[in-house]
Order: sequence, then structure tokens, then C-alpha cells
Amino acid sequence: MTLAEIREEIIDILHDIAPDEDLSELKDDVDFREQLELDSMDFLDIVMELRKRHRVQIPEEDYGELASMHRTVTYLEPLLKDVARVS
Amino acid sequence: MPRDFLQGVQSEYDVVVIGSGLAGLTCANTLGRAGYSVLLVEQHYKLGGMATWFKRPGGHIFDISLHGFPVGMIKSCRRYWTREIADSIIQLKNIRFDNPMFSLTTTFDREDFTRLLTERFQLEPSTVHEFFDHVRSMNFYDDQATTTRQLFDRFFPGREDVIRLLMEPITYANGSTLEDPALSYGIVFSNFMSKGVFTFEGGTDRLIGLMQKDLVKNGVDPRIRCNAENIMVHRGQVTGVQVNGRMIRTRAVVSNANLKSTILNLVGQEHLDRGFVNETSAVRLNNSSTQVYMALKEDERIDESTGDLLFSSTAPLFRTDALLSRDVTSRTYSFYYPRTRPTGRPRCLVVSSTNANYSDWAGLSSEDYEASKKDLVETTLVAIEKYLPNLRDRLDHVEAATPLTFKHYTRHVHGSSFGTKFEGLAVSRSLPEQVRGLFHAGSVGIIMSGWLGAINYGVIVANGVDAMLSKVETQSSDVANLVTEV
Repeated sequence: MTLAEIREEIIDILHDIAPDEDLSELKDDVDFREQLELDSMDFLDIVMELRKRHRVQIPEEDYGELASMHRTVTYLEPLLKDVARVS
Repeated sequence: MPRDFLQGVQSEYDVVVIGSGLAGLTCANTLGRAGYSVLLVEQHYKLGGMATWFKRPGGHIFDISLHGFPVGMIKSCRRYWTREIADSIIQLKNIRFDNPMFSLTTTFDREDFTRLLTERFQLEPSTVHEFFDHVRSMNFYDDQATTTRQLFDRFFPGREDVIRLLMEPITYANGSTLEDPALSYGIVFSNFMSKGVFTFEGGTDRLIGLMQKDLVKNGVDPRIRCNAENIMVHRGQVTGVQVNGRMIRTRAVVSNANLKSTILNLVGQEHLDRGFVNETSAVRLNNSSTQVYMALKEDERIDESTGDLLFSSTAPLFRTDALLSRDVTSRTYSFYYPRTRPTGRPRCLVVSSTNANYSDWAGLSSEDYEASKKDLVETTLVAIEKYLPNLRDRLDHVEAATPLTFKHYTRHVHGSSFGTKFEGLAVSRSLPEQVRGLFHAGSVGIIMSGWLGAINYGVIVANGVDAMLSKVETQSSDVANLVTEV
């Protein structure tokens, strides 16, 4: 997946997790928690969803890497570079 | 021949979940939905653990722990259970306090508490806002040395009345005390303060029934009257569980049994580091409870202005030891109106709950135990007169539960009704490092207790199990690829 595809994928997952949030204005370099009403369970759901969709293992000590869109995409890029986007 | 409650069980599962409290149920459901084969075993004759109920002749259904969970349950139930379950969660809007310091009614949310604290308790608005913001920002990784008492003393020095208002409901919800870490208070209090207090329309029996339906739909095999006797370990890896004398093979075990009995009794200490065993032994359990259940006659009604939850106390000050004393001064009443079960038979019931020490009840002779139980009922009926005059004459049924009752049904060590103190969380989380494939999910560390804490912890642990099992699969398929390449 390209960086843009990974971003799309995260947006897709966020849509499921926070259906009431408007994601069109999401700023990539600002923490998710400052823009969206996400709690720690929501971040866990992102981790579980990524594992389900792409078999990506994110160890607990790396959960902090998912703080913003920019950091998430950067973190996932090497892990997903050989994976094709399905949805 | 006795009935075989394991009839038709498979000889092997991906995961065996021991215990069907809300953490066990939710963990099993999450893993079942992810495609794993899951066996859920419960020693009692119904699912739910402390999320339970019982029926008495005359159409009365008593709920043990239904009233009062935070709004977060709606989201968690929608995501990890069903829309139908989430949509049945409704707010309890009439929360009352009555003690020698103050009597008031509140909707129990930040807005109304701010109003009370500034207008009635005459606090500076800036202090109140700072307090709310501060507790909201607390999380699990924060400093654990500060106690709740120190937190209150920092924001509200000398204000025992304010401390009582802020603390008494949380003690009811999870058994925590002024001596526990401030962060455990902050997390739980903020959960409640975001939108108030909620309950489940239709009662605990309907909730557990709907959960059972969803479990089965997701392929989980739930079994009641099935007691897990041993967790089998071979070379540091879980291999199976002995249930009702039968061996079930599995790659992962999630124990929703009491943390201490899981580690010290079910596993066997020879499989664990001595340091870990010592750490487990040192975990302090939370207290137990007593409850008095009162059902009104069929045609009797309680006026709804009586409230949904009433925190009542005759003690001059809020003190932990007074809360646990056999000489009861504090009672929390949950009032159940016909609207609790809109499609059921219309009944009014009251459950009076008090925190209690197991040791105060465990050593009694059977005569003394019966006499103490009778006294518990009697003193409760006297105390509730203040709110419901002549209730005694309007009752159809009354009975009591003690710490021994809770122990009997849940098999929790010392009948603990709120799991463990804060240190239990670290022990629970590190269990998989001791034995590969062995997890614990249940009421621990105060923040993972109560209905919402238990459900969310069930999901957190399911994530760990999924990570472990899918890693094994990835590795074995890598091996398979290598083999074919060769």
C-alpha cells in the first residue's frame, strides 16, 4: 500500500469506530484525541482492526505511534508496503 | 445418571474462557466473532457472574448489581455486543444523597455537580473546573503514590462535606477508598461525570439473555454448571483445562475467575516464578458486600420521587472503616420501579447495599450467622422507614445476602465483590509472560471493575489472545511456505 492508501484505510477504520465524527477536516499532524472524541478503547479497536484486515502486529509499547494520522501512516508504511489494499 | 453438562463438547478449542462474568462473556464474544473456536465454562447455573438476578414467588425479580454504570457502556455494548443491547441502556436521573452533612438530588453529571459545588457548597468555580479537568486528565500510567484523600485535600482542604459528595458514590460503585491511588478514583469518577448514571431496561436477566444469544450466534459454546478444576501447563505453555473431570485441549485460556485463585490454585505454583507467586499473594482483595432485598406487594407502589439511587448515611463523617463496619451506618438503596421491566409484571423493589468485610461473617457459628442475617434485615427495615414509612407492612418478600452468599455463588476469594486493589492489575496483565497462552480478565485494580471496566478489560485481553494466536498462525504458515519452497 502507498502512503495515501494507508491513510484511506485508517479513515475507513475511523469511520467504523467513530461513525458520528466528520473526518473530512482531519488534520494529519494534530493528535487524533485533540480533534476527535477517541478514548483508549478506540485506539485498541484500531489495533484490532489492522490485525484483522492485514495481519499487522502492533505491540502494546508501540500504541503511542498511533497518536496522529501522520505518525500512524509513517509507522505503518514499512509494515504494509507489501500488502495490497482490499476494500 | 447425573446430567452431563459437557455433552457434545469438542475435545479441543482455540480458547477456553473460565467464568462468565461480564469480562469473560465479552472476551469470549470478541474472540468468537474473530473466528476462533471458544468454549466458555461457568460453574454456576446461570451466566453473568456478579451481573446477576434472582426470582422469588409473586413475580419478583431482584437485580444484584444493575443500577449505576457510566455512559461508556452504550459505546462498548454497541461495539462488542449488539445494537439491541446498546439501545436498551437508559439514564437514571434521580440520584439522591442524605446524610448529617447534606441532603440533595442530582442528575450526577459534571454540569449538575458544578452547579451544586459552586452554589450549594460555595466553592470557587475555578477550583471546581480545575478539579474536574485534573481528574479527567488522569490515566493509568500516572503517579500511583498520591492517594484519593491527598487529591481531595489539595483541591478542597478541610471540606469533609465535599469529599463525601465526591467519594461516596464511587465507593458504592467499586469499593474504592480514600486510601486507594488517586488515579483510580479520577478515572472512574470521570467516567460517571461525563453523562451521569445508567441502567439496563429489561433487567439483568434480559441483558444476559441477549448476550447469550449473541455468543451462540458468534460460535461460542457456553456451558453452565461446568467447573474448571485445573489449568494444564506443559513447558511454560497452556495445553488444556480440566472441566468437570474431563480434559479439554486448548491453545489459550482466559480466566475470568478471581485473580488469586486463578494463579495460586488453578495453575499450580510449580509453573510460575517464585517472585510472581509472592507478588500475587500480596495482592489485596477489595471488600465484599451485604445486601437486603425487599419486594413490595403486587399492588403497592413507591413514589418515583424517592429516587433511583439513594446514598444514605447516619455517620457524621465519611470514613472507610465506618463503611465496612458491622455497625452499619451507610446504606445505598437502589429503587426498582415497574419501568425497569416495562414488559414484565409491574413490581416495585428495593435493594439495600452495604460494603462489608468477609472476616466479620466467616467465623460465625450457624446460629450466630442466622441471627446476624436477621439483624441485618431488621436494622435495614428500621433505617429505610425514614424514606418509605411503613415499608415493613407493604412487603411481600424480604431476605439478605452476606459476604458468604457472594462467595458461594461467585467462588471469589473472601466473597470479594469488586475484585482487587490497584496492584492486581499489573499481576493480571503480566500473567501471559509467566505461562504462554494464559490470560486473566476480570475485576482488578479498581479501574477495571464495575460493569464498564469488566467489559472493556474483556476486550483488552481478547486483543492479547488474538495477537498471540494470530502470530502463531503466521509463524506456522511461514514454516509451511518454507517447506513447500524447499
